[in-house]
Amino acid sequence: MSVLIDKFDVFASGFWLTLQICFLAAIGALILGSVVAVLRISPVPPLRALGTAYVNTFRNLPLTIVMFFAAFGLPALGSNADFLRIPGLDIVFSRLGTDLPYFRFALIALVLYTAAFVCEALRSGVNAVPAGQAEAARSLGLTFIQNLRHVVLPQSWTASVVPLGSVIIAMIKNSALIGFFGVIGDLSQTADQLTSAGGEPFIPVAIGISIGYLIMTVPLGALLDRVERRQAVAR
Amino acid sequence: MTTSEPLIVLEAVNKWFGPLHVLDNVSLSVGRGEVVVVIGPSGSGKSTLCRTINRLEPITSGSITFDGQPLPAEGRALAKLRSEVGMVFQSFNLFAHKTILENVTLGPIKVRREKPAAARERGLALLDRVGIANQADKFPAQLSGGQQQRVAIARALAMQPKAMLFDEPTSALDPEMVGEVLDVMTSLAREGMTMVVVTHEMGFARHAANRVVFMADGQLVEDAPPTEFFANPRSERAKDFLSKILTH
Repeated sequence: MSVLIDKFDVFASGFWLTLQICFLAAIGALILGSVVAVLRISPVPPLRALGTAYVNTFRNLPLTIVMFFAAFGLPALGSNADFLRIPGLDIVFSRLGTDLPYFRFALIALVLYTAAFVCEALRSGVNAVPAGQAEAARSLGLTFIQNLRHVVLPQSWTASVVPLGSVIIAMIKNSALIGFFGVIGDLSQTADQLTSAGGEPFIPVAIGISIGYLIMTVPLGALLDRVERRQAVAR
Repeated sequence: MTTSEPLIVLEAVNKWFGPLHVLDNVSLSVGRGEVVVVIGPSGSGKSTLCRTINRLEPITSGSITFDGQPLPAEGRALAKLRSEVGMVFQSFNLFAHKTILENVTLGPIKVRREKPAAARERGLALLDRVGIANQADKFPAQLSGGQQQRVAIARALAMQPKAMLFDEPTSALDPEMVGEVLDVMTSLAREGMTMVVVTHEMGFARHAANRVVFMADGQLVEDAPPTEFFANPRSERAKDFLSKILTH
């Protein structure tokens, strides 16, 4: 077990890189997922169809395939995802700005994939709001966006937050795939480095990696439990 | 009562829910200041009829005009039309996360872009009018059904609508609360508000309506002044219906 102490810096830097991509992907997925959710519940049929098509595509494909298309399809189209080299942001998240694009590709794949689930979590919350609320808002003359903003979303949030949290926890675990698509040095790929290249015993390394993921996911889960309990009391 | 052109005109309106023909060639016009009470057995299409007037239910065929304009399709024009037609629902549908006063001022502030202070002032005056000004800062769930429905009426009136639609406004109320809601509606009718009221309250139909419309199986069967309708229903369906509800 001495590897946990001797190679602590390697674990720590893997943890930090995984935390970075998860943080960025969570924000991206929440934004994109919200947009898709608005499309899916909009009164305009073509927009609804677009939202539904998005969810059907990305919810039903394995993440591996989405990663594959991001890592091999984007370069084939001549893109290095340079639009993600956002000045300022790449100071904290240094991999955003590197010439090697694989971090950006993996980020795109995680965002696209997770957004489908974010959309459905938000939509389940919206569906939990009684239909009469939106009808009353419409009958007053509120537009679709005003209706969402002032009447439906404030009431759907409490029903969305727990499923949303589960989606983000799943995303953190899914991020373990990025090492297979060219990203070097995230928490999972650290295991490979330490065992294959460094000759460290596998089980202690796997335990170290597990602890790293649990540090991210367990507090998030605990936070959700608290939110859920508070809602139960409020009801 | 009816001056110049009618405010609401339905012409040969048909509506299908899948295989179900819920509105069967319905034509109806409502003049300005007129109070039309729609009665009929449940499932006769009277609620649907009421909800087509502000397009909460789109129709399959036929035409509906409001204030001389055909009902617009979804979009800003429809939102504007809806802001001119107040609606009161059977289940109140007050915004559960907003206070009573916020319920009444949301429309004026967001749709009419009124100044919050002015909207609040008028909102309080309306709440006072329906007798619940002292509950302004409570939430809907803290009020009784009758109080909630009176707030819902105030909320609709806050938009200064040209007409009011009532979709069974007293059907979800405990019996002792029906009167307080009907009182508000009666005073509105006296002030000349154009109203379409779907209800089972025959007393209200008798004393507040200009016309009673009787529906059965999606068809508009009779359309007559209340005294005439209640004394001399022409159709068998209406006679049957009245005998069932007026015998006890």
